[in-house]
Amino acid sequence: MLRYLSRKAAIYLLTFFVAVTIDWAIPRFMPGDPIEGLLSRMHAQPGSEQALSGYYSQAFGFDVPLWQQYLNFWAALFRGDLGVSITNFPTPVSELIMSALPYTLALLLPAILLSFWAGNKVGALAARRKVLDNTVLPASYVLTATPQMWLGIVLAWLFASTWAIFPVSGAYGLDIQPAWSLEFALSFLYHWILPFSALFLVAFGGWAIGMRNMIIYELESDYSNYLAALGAPSKLVRKYAYRNALLPQITGLALALGAVVAGAIVVEIVFSYPGLGTLTLSAIQNRDYFLIQGIFLFLITGVLIANFVIDIAYVVIDPRTRIGMQGS
Amino acid sequence: MSVTEPPQRVAVSGEAVAGPAHPATAAVVEPGAPVAPQIHSEFLHFALRNWKFVVGASVVLGCLVVALVGPLLTDHTPLEFTGPTDQPPSSEYWFGTTSYGQDVYSQFVHGLRAAFLVGGLGGGIAWVLGASVGFTAGYRGGWIDDILNMLTNVVLVIPTLAILIIVAAYLEIQSYSAEAVIIGLTSWPWAARAVRSQTFSLKTREFVDLARLSGRSTRQILTTELAPNMSSYLLMMFILLFGGAILIGASLDFLGLGPSESISLGLMMNNSFLASALLLGSWWWFLPPGLGIVALVGGLYVMNVGLDEVFNPKLRET
Repeated sequence: MLRYLSRKAAIYLLTFFVAVTIDWAIPRFMPGDPIEGLLSRMHAQPGSEQALSGYYSQAFGFDVPLWQQYLNFWAALFRGDLGVSITNFPTPVSELIMSALPYTLALLLPAILLSFWAGNKVGALAARRKVLDNTVLPASYVLTATPQMWLGIVLAWLFASTWAIFPVSGAYGLDIQPAWSLEFALSFLYHWILPFSALFLVAFGGWAIGMRNMIIYELESDYSNYLAALGAPSKLVRKYAYRNALLPQITGLALALGAVVAGAIVVEIVFSYPGLGTLTLSAIQNRDYFLIQGIFLFLITGVLIANFVIDIAYVVIDPRTRIGMQGS
Repeated sequence: MSVTEPPQRVAVSGEAVAGPAHPATAAVVEPGAPVAPQIHSEFLHFALRNWKFVVGASVVLGCLVVALVGPLLTDHTPLEFTGPTDQPPSSEYWFGTTSYGQDVYSQFVHGLRAAFLVGGLGGGIAWVLGASVGFTAGYRGGWIDDILNMLTNVVLVIPTLAILIIVAAYLEIQSYSAEAVIIGLTSWPWAARAVRSQTFSLKTREFVDLARLSGRSTRQILTTELAPNMSSYLLMMFILLFGGAILIGASLDFLGLGPSESISLGLMMNNSFLASALLLGSWWWFLPPGLGIVALVGGLYVMNVGLDEVFNPKLRET
């Protein structure tokens, strides 16, 4: 088990190393002079260009040899120094990311966990049940094929713009400040429902389809037929099928993380939700390159950690991996 | 040739995994489909009786026809600011106009073309990469497999959109082909994993041993023995990659990182959103691009389930 986990950890460390290297290399090895490119797109006021150019070449550390630039980049990273945001000068990038992070997590974690739970339950119910299957399956396919931002736009249009049941944007009312109070919590929840639903529904469809197919597959297998032949009630057979079908779904959860994070980014933008997605958009629009690079590193680190947590969960859930991994 | 081999149990240990965000459609395919001359007629026989395949394929075909013929039916170009602004659908402007006086219908049909380009080219590149990496890793084994597997795992964990954001931010994307290439280069890993585990299970079968004993070259074995036995699998993989590339491309365009000189469905959503079409209630502007994507990608996915049932009798409804 330890060997299994340490092998996984090695892959994740390697991935982190590659990601940091990409993050470092892209501004340096893209065609053209990055600083010139930056300035030409920033529409800076005449006269300020000289100062900006000097600032950038110092900030990127272009004045030392490449290998030293690379080492400096790592050193800065370990100090938690991701550079300084241009748009919110002189706020450090790490500070901006940290203040946006709670909102993104508040959307992502419930959306991932609840859609996984509900999608699997509904998918398992639908398998091999004609009426339910013929309604749940097409609906699920439409949902997984829906771009999250568009579902967000439609929900906002229907429930916020047309019927005015929910607020159209923001994470809390304009009249209150974030605080640990009931009033804030209620306002937060009220603003949270629509963006959450957009993320939840799309992910839900994927899990329902996956579970439905896996259950059908499990119900075909020998142990299911044997149980049924022994006269076990179909409810019991399905229970065992569900447990076995859940395992590939958990592996799928790790694979789907990237897609859910991408979904959260675009959905946040639709609702002007003050998380990492909205931060990404403003960074892109303002050509705030350090911020973009910081968010990139942060997203990847988050996904890597989540992957590792899922790996541990997998070992806990499936006893076969524990024994198998010790043996080989 | 054996057709009754049980389907491979994929994803038992968390190591052998098949399937992306839509895990199961690809996860339960039988690797050994019959490779006989009558396959086409037999395939057609079951395909045309499978409503999922028929419905999905018709929707996709319908989208293709709209994308090909649609632009010819209108005199308006997608980007010129000539018409009246914010008009609901009318006989002159079939899908209405944008806040800038652009024709939404023309934008939609051109956007659909871009979606096919990004899906076909991006999905195609990912398909070629995934299949070659998977075949090589699975067939060769040993240290080649170790290296390719590590590469696959590394690219697999990095969120595609995150890497696309940083690439697109520095390298301004000029065309949809360029966007498709970047998407293709980053979305192949799950396909490689799936092909690898399928190849693993196929290469120990007798007919492959026989081919090896009779002195066939590795390339011949791959193309004449392994690939035909996985053709159904490879076809479905391409369809999933096609749909996935369209969705990723739409997100990228929605973020404003795609080509800005032409139009796509994602860019339409971006434009309508930035122009507050939501608050103005200009539904004719922001509904069509999403509906187009849902129809096209949903059609592809439903077609895929249909194909799955056609190729794998166990999945057919009883």
